[in-house]
Order: sequence, then structure tokens, then C-alpha cells
Amino acid sequence: MADAAENGDQQRTPLYDFHIENGARMVGFAGYEMPVQYPRGILKEHLQTRSMAGLFDISHMGQLSIVAQSGDLDEAKLALEALIPVDILGIQPGRQRYGFFTDENGGIRDDLMVANFGDRLVLIVNAANKAADEAHLKQHLPSGVVVEKVDRALIALQGPKAEAALARLDADCASMRFMDVKSLKLLGEDCPVSRSGYTGEDGYEISVPNEAAARIAHALLGMDEVEAIGLGARDSLRLEAGLCLHGSDIDKTTTPSEAQLNWAIQKVRRDAGARSGGFLGENVILQQVRDGVRRKRVGLRPEGRAPVRGGAQIYASEADGAAIGEVTSGGFGPSVGGPVAMGYVGTAYSEPGTRLFADVRGKRLPLDVSKLPFVALGFKR
Amino acid sequence: MQKFTKDHEWVKIDGDVATIGITAHAAEQLGDLVFVELPEEGKELGKGDNAAVVESVKAASDVYAPLSGTVCEVNAAIAEDPSLVNSDATGEGWFFKLKLKDAAEADGLLDEAAYKQLIA
Repeated sequence: MADAAENGDQQRTPLYDFHIENGARMVGFAGYEMPVQYPRGILKEHLQTRSMAGLFDISHMGQLSIVAQSGDLDEAKLALEALIPVDILGIQPGRQRYGFFTDENGGIRDDLMVANFGDRLVLIVNAANKAADEAHLKQHLPSGVVVEKVDRALIALQGPKAEAALARLDADCASMRFMDVKSLKLLGEDCPVSRSGYTGEDGYEISVPNEAAARIAHALLGMDEVEAIGLGARDSLRLEAGLCLHGSDIDKTTTPSEAQLNWAIQKVRRDAGARSGGFLGENVILQQVRDGVRRKRVGLRPEGRAPVRGGAQIYASEADGAAIGEVTSGGFGPSVGGPVAMGYVGTAYSEPGTRLFADVRGKRLPLDVSKLPFVALGFKR
Repeated sequence: MQKFTKDHEWVKIDGDVATIGITAHAAEQLGDLVFVELPEEGKELGKGDNAAVVESVKAASDVYAPLSGTVCEVNAAIAEDPSLVNSDATGEGWFFKLKLKDAAEADGLLDEAAYKQLIA
């Protein structure tokens, strides 16, 4: 049994004391001391989020604000389209869209949310990539388009009771639909909020001033529906929801088509679209959208009870043959009640129901290709 | 006589049979267990060999044989319901029993005071 490693120079979020007060076990994650779980444990936290509401500190994530000096936001939107193969121009005020930064080879540098708050775009990017993303933007955007780090805490409130809970602080949250963004007034503070998340449930991501973060978190946690949830359950929730984790399921060696993220590339950016191409890696990415790919990201359901983790090699045969794929995320799905995983397999093996085998501790265990997500999504569309 | 290892196993010795499990501290550190793989009965284990695997929601960990011997009984109940290890690590959550090859090997294990000091 291995002991947890000591933390070195880790940063703390504005909610560090809140986590300690609530008995969190803290771990190092992307340079931050973050709560992996609270005393109730990952299983209960996961199920709490699926049935009630969970409060997550995601302040480690990057928040970047983008404006055009001219005051014409379309200028900033079009500039971003050179880095993100998504219809950014079409994101209306009050709306948000999923996207990714690509690189010259068609790989995925990071995935992100782009929100239009009317006067500015706000990007929410992964903690581990936020410095690189900011540098990437500054390197490529024209001088009239200005990127600024938003130094605020970020709180996610997720689950079927999230709306009821947040509505006690600002009833306006109830009128938002999935992927809407809006500025809400929470305990007197102006808070840009999106109706989205990373759990597969309905919910919100709430940007709050650092100094008000603990006050707002306490107010939400004091409500009957809400419990604090750590990164452990955040990972099992997103895995069941079939959502990619950058650094595991997607990275510079995987393309949008391979990752089955073509849905995020609107027609206007594809062949024959009005703004076709014009982004990093367009040759590879558009060719793959057109012609298909040799491997695909799929869901995987191990037959037995043993979790199959990221890194496990996948085989077509129980006995012999070379690997035809690899698991990129895997673990136990508390709502599914068994192990779940995702990974890449050769396209010939990607049909749901295909029986494959994964190497776990030297044994090839059976698992089946499965549709994603593993649970019904609770988004309020 | 209950002894411990620095790898967070407990060992209860009765004659030439040792009952082995993981400590409450280890179970707490691992968090909710979702899978346990036990050794087969009759398997011969040397001291320090991989004997069992436990998996929490987050990760897999090995459980080592604290002493040499032959597996003479395993606790199928924890394979069926791994949460028993979290709820009663030193009782119902035992893992397996070893028929010891050399009872004197146990002299090298930690006593309770030494183990408590280790995890303090």
C-alpha cells in the first residue's frame, strides 16, 4: 500500500480554508492543493450529485477574458476562429459553446468553453494548460484583440437540485437554459454564470470574486440539497457522462475526429462552409472530417467487476495478437454500478457491442464497446 | 497476537495460521473500495509477494503477503461486497488466511505501538 506523495510548491484556491473546515482530503492537482474527497467519500459524493446537488471548487481552472480594442466583438470572435475550429462568430450574446485549441498537426492542445457575455468573450480552460493557453492566444491573436486573465474563483453547482438551490440567491438562474450565460447577483456580488458543467447533470459554473468565494460557497453548502464534492467524484461523474479529460482522453496526439468531437465543428468551418478552415491543423482535421479516421474514441464496459484503468492495452482476442487500442480513462461508475472506461480502438472494432479484451495485471479481461454516455444526461435544454 | 506491517496490513496469528487484512488506516486512506481480487486457495506465497489487489474509485493498490505460507482460506464476502473492508477492516473485512511456513518470520513484524507510531 503506497503512501500519498508530499506536496511541494502547490498553490491554494480562495476556498482552501473552506475545504479544510469541511474535512477534505487535499491532493496536488495541476499545481494546486485541491480536495479529492470529503469525509462522506467519493461514492456518496458521486450519487449525491446525481440525485441532489454538489458544490465543486474549480478555481484551479483558467478564466480568460477576450475583448477587441475597437469595441467590435466580432473582431475578437473571428480572430479566435484561427485557433479554434468552431463557429465562434455564431455564438450569440448570452450563449456558450464547447471547443478546442488545435495545433499544426490537427492535435488538441486543450478543450474549453467559449462564452459570449455581450461585451467580451470568456474562455474557461483546463488548469494544467492555462498558462500555455494564455501564451498561445497572446502569440497568435492580432494586437487589437486583448487577452486578460480573470483572477476570480470558480464554483460549480451540479445536479438536479442545483437550480432550486441557486435560485434562492438569484431567481434569474431558473430562466437560463443549457449553455446559456448570464451575470447573476449572488449575495450582492456580480457573478458571470453559465448553465453547464462537467458531470452530465444540469447545473451551473459560477465565477465569483476571490474575497466572496467562501461566503457564497458557505451559503450554498448551508442548503439542504447541497454537499461539497471533491475531484474524485468529479472524475467518475464526467467519465460516466462520456466527457473527455484533456491529458487523458484527448491531447496533442489525438484529433477531433478520432476523439469523436466532430459535432463541435459546425458546418460553417468545414469544407464548403462560409468560413471553412483557417485554423491550425485544418488540412488534417478537415480531411478526417471528410474521409473518416483509423481509430476512434469509444465507451468500454468491462464484463467483470475489475475496473480497467487508463493505459490498459486493448486486444481483439483473448489469447494472442497485437494491441488494437488503449484505454485512456477508466474506473468504477457509481451510478452504473460497475466499471466503465473509454479509450481508442481501431475503427474496425468501434461498433457498440464489439467484444474486446483489456490487459489488467497480465490477464486479458473481456469488455464490450459501448455507446457513450453511460448515464442519461440531465441537461435542461 | 496481532501484528502489523509497514505496508499497512494486519496479521493475526493463531498457531501456524495467520489471518491477514489491511488496517483501518489503510482502508480510510484508500477510500471507498469497489473491487477486491483475492489469491487462490492453495497458492504458495513468499513474504513480500503480491497477494491481493484492492481498488478504490480512484486507484488500484497491491496487498503483499506479510509472511511466507500457503493460502488456506479466503474471504469471498469482501470480493462480493468490497465495502466490508471500509466498514470493518480488522473484522469482517479480513482478506485471507495463510498456513505459515515459518512462524518465526512473524518476529520481524511491527507490534501495535510501533504501527501506531508509523501512521501518527
